[in-house]
Amino acid sequence: MRKTFFTLMVILLTFSLVAVGCSKSKPAEPAKPAEEVIKIGAYEPLTGGQAAGGKMTVDGMKLANKMFPTVLGKKVELVIEDNKSEPPEAANVVSRLIDQHKVQVILGSYGSSNSKSGGNVAMQKGIPVIGCSPTNPTVTKDNDFYFRVCFIDPFQGTVMATYAFNDLKAKKVAIVREITSDYSVGLAEYFAQAFVKLTGDANSVVATLDYKKGDQDFTAQLQTIKNKKPDVIFAPGEIGESAILIKQARQLKINVPFLGGDTWEAPEFIQIGGKDVEGIAFSTHYTAEAPVTEMSPKFVDAFKAEYQGQEANAFAALGFDTYILALDAVTKAGKYEAKAIQEVLAKTKDFKGATGNITFDANGDPIKSAVIKQVKDGKFVYLTTVEPK
Amino acid sequence: MTFDIFLQHLSNGISLGSLYALIAIGYTMVYGILRLINFAHGDLIMVAAYSAFYGVILFRMPWWLAFPLAIIITTLTGVTIEKVAYKPIRSSPRISILISAIAVSFFLENLAIVVFSGRPKAFPQPEIFSKMIEFGEVYIMSLSFFIPVVTIVVLAALNYLVNKTTTGIAMRAVARDYETSSLMGVEINRIVSYTFALGSALAAVGGIMWSMKFPQIQPLMGIFPGLKCFIAAVVGGIGSITGATIGGFFLGIMEIMLVAFLPELTGYRDAFAFVLLILILIFRPTGIIGEKLTEKV
Amino acid sequence: MAENNSNLKFFLTVGALLLAGAAVFTAQNIFDDYKIRILNLAAVYVILGLGLNVINGFTGLFSLGHAGFMMIGAYTAALLSMPPAAKAMNFYMKPLIAPLTDVHLPIGLALPAAGLVAAFFGLLIAAPVLRLKGDYLAIASLGFAEIMRVLFTMAQSITNGALGLKGIPSINSMYFYWTTALVTLILVKQLVNSSYGRALKAIRDDEIAAEAMGINLFYHKVLSFSTGAFFAGIGGALLGFLVTTIDPNMFTFLQTFNILMIIVLGGLGSLTGTVISAIIVAVMMEVLRIVDAPINLGFISLPGVAGMRMVIFSLLLLLVILFYQHGIMGTREFNWNWIINKIKHNGDIGKKGGKSHGAVGNG
Repeated sequence: MRKTFFTLMVILLTFSLVAVGCSKSKPAEPAKPAEEVIKIGAYEPLTGGQAAGGKMTVDGMKLANKMFPTVLGKKVELVIEDNKSEPPEAANVVSRLIDQHKVQVILGSYGSSNSKSGGNVAMQKGIPVIGCSPTNPTVTKDNDFYFRVCFIDPFQGTVMATYAFNDLKAKKVAIVREITSDYSVGLAEYFAQAFVKLTGDANSVVATLDYKKGDQDFTAQLQTIKNKKPDVIFAPGEIGESAILIKQARQLKINVPFLGGDTWEAPEFIQIGGKDVEGIAFSTHYTAEAPVTEMSPKFVDAFKAEYQGQEANAFAALGFDTYILALDAVTKAGKYEAKAIQEVLAKTKDFKGATGNITFDANGDPIKSAVIKQVKDGKFVYLTTVEPK
Repeated sequence: MTFDIFLQHLSNGISLGSLYALIAIGYTMVYGILRLINFAHGDLIMVAAYSAFYGVILFRMPWWLAFPLAIIITTLTGVTIEKVAYKPIRSSPRISILISAIAVSFFLENLAIVVFSGRPKAFPQPEIFSKMIEFGEVYIMSLSFFIPVVTIVVLAALNYLVNKTTTGIAMRAVARDYETSSLMGVEINRIVSYTFALGSALAAVGGIMWSMKFPQIQPLMGIFPGLKCFIAAVVGGIGSITGATIGGFFLGIMEIMLVAFLPELTGYRDAFAFVLLILILIFRPTGIIGEKLTEKV
Repeated sequence: MAENNSNLKFFLTVGALLLAGAAVFTAQNIFDDYKIRILNLAAVYVILGLGLNVINGFTGLFSLGHAGFMMIGAYTAALLSMPPAAKAMNFYMKPLIAPLTDVHLPIGLALPAAGLVAAFFGLLIAAPVLRLKGDYLAIASLGFAEIMRVLFTMAQSITNGALGLKGIPSINSMYFYWTTALVTLILVKQLVNSSYGRALKAIRDDEIAAEAMGINLFYHKVLSFSTGAFFAGIGGALLGFLVTTIDPNMFTFLQTFNILMIIVLGGLGSLTGTVISAIIVAVMMEVLRIVDAPINLGFISLPGVAGMRMVIFSLLLLLVILFYQHGIMGTREFNWNWIINKIKHNGDIGKKGGKSHGAVGNG
């Protein structure tokens, strides 16, 4: 009897708490900007499965911070936090940057799922975020506070499809995608759609095969593709897996061109792929050889100097651009305040980043040109620029 | 599918299976002695890979020097882990050692990220291993022949060790009955260390060959192979070296063949593997070899 | 005497609950959103930990499939509670299948539905899996979780696959999470202290003896497994509401390890322990961020080393498990008796001291 009464009491208590709690909590007070130092936040995966991309991006941001250390007469402190490649951590980290460090603008993140979760927190608090490399379209949809300096997958897919059709004269393609990666799945889909439209033949994509994160052996998929005899193989994926995939293809005497996306632009791709990746082409964000803006060569030289002879990669360049864009927006806004910065960002037009001219559309996505590069003699070589329509 | 292509896939499956077998044996040996699922075992692959990598790239050692050295380093690492993280809590409930193993695994992985950075590195492929050999339409890397040979040699050596030497008998005794063995004068600590050393060495050999076959290394590279080899060990019958070997080969060949015959379903590859595994476990609950677990009431 | 104690305990419990309620109320209004978010995450960990503890700690079944049930619950709650517009935005690659596009339930319905669907899958999986013992059970449960993950990744027209779901209704109120955690705690406590719970513990301690005593092993194991799955589903759903985006990669076996770690740290078979360690782990992970960032101590400046946080975390975990094998609470539960006895004994000692003093005085 006692026990039943106790349980009833507790349930009543629970309900009353819930009833009280259902009233909206107090809106958070707007964070006060720091006095002497302006803190800009950044959240990237520094550990976990996406640590490679995160590190490359952060290198670019740090370089930019070194080159442009002040804004509005105050020193800029770049606060970089790790989101462990996990969306819950991304939400935590953005919340921490906003509430503890009181930043008014945030940069990041590599990995669209991290960006989506972090972006939600930022949107609720009214802090603008500039993404470096997430290419999934939904990151900026329904979020007026999220912008990004990279082109998005619908455009990128079209770029490579057009290249395959026009330049490589391909009539049939095969696709290999990492089914656990939203980047790979998304990009492959847009490529397929664009290619089918160009050829007018619904069967021009002769095979679509998948692999999972962590897979290292692709011979079964490749054997199947070999039988279908495509002219070109599109295989967007991470550097390590893609390089090994291409090596295995060459070992199976599959000699058709491979095409990929912006993730391939990193020195490790050539190191791991070796001779086998000669001749492959991919779309990416910028090139030093045909600089789109004056910022590009500046960035490349500074990168080489800072990072001891390493070649700059696309993610570092994008990280670099998020920083300088943020600084530009703060300068134009005249004060370090979130709403003002967001309004300025929304109106960004012809901003000269290292990766090209950036003009934001209504979603916060840039209308930018893409660049196609090729591996030649063990180096990345510029092929052509593709303008957005 | 022509016979040539079938052979190609088969050879691939065999070499992958050999790798799994080598690593699974390490798992099963440790389990047999301590009843511990050493989750850090997979990360020893990573340790071996990086040791070999730095040996060749940084210290410019020839591979036949760097690789054995890497094996030694990995073995020392394995034994150290045992002394530091498992020995002190040997008498605790099993789940505690399990958590300790998970902690060690996290530690190794995150330390590697901090020290080596998360970016993948290209693993050197010595000429002798990367030659492609042609059989008509079929092309097989010389490494793919080398791996099963190494595995068989290792297995033979291990069999001899476990069945014919005193240490081996001691190992089997400890695996069968821990307490009685110590009463009979077996130095438990020495045998346990020995077992770990052997298991780690095997993981190292497997890891180096893995890195030659799939020439990229990164701090988290041991997670998936580790998991797969654990599954292989269990499916073969955990605690049994022969079981681990069979499990390893079975898993490797099946993985390749499944995708070879059903290429449209490559995305479901892992699911198939697990379904098959679970089916085996349902019909043979103690694995393919299956030790008879009579519980004393 | 016993009556008094029982009364006293009852009022103490009610008092503690009111205190907890007041604490949540204060926290909600004083703490910044960041701290609230962390505490909410702690509540989710509590729920997940309690669920896993029922299976692993109280029934002694070594299950590694928790993340799979979390995922089922998360996706169920998300698909049921997201407004149709949000769903349309997400499923831009392959459209969502028919009945799900228009479903838009309030959270109060979506949440229990998540738990029930997860529990249902728990029932389905229980039959083949629970016939296995020990480490074989571990592998089978892990296998099922991974199979689920593969299916969810491939079923683009139901789950949107790797693209994930974004725009899940966002809930930031501490009352929501902590009330659910409290209800979970109460339900689990009731289960554990009931005759079912005793049967589960009997199974844990000695299966053969339990069966000899007439306990239906299979029935109770399935009950335990499904209950655990239910709360895993609830926890997963809450994670969705907290983070507002989910994708299959969030629910790998590594996630199960996280929860396993929490319950072992707290003490397998101790509910109080799970609650405590869940909060500690959630908070510690954030506190440790200071080692990732540069530390300026005035006279020296330590550069930030990214990733150091996780290294230190795993080291701490190792240290704790080496020195506190049984976890914080072992198998003990928090009990008012402990406090009451402490107070009583202090009173007794006072009396005893008086007596002996008197004796000395008299002698």
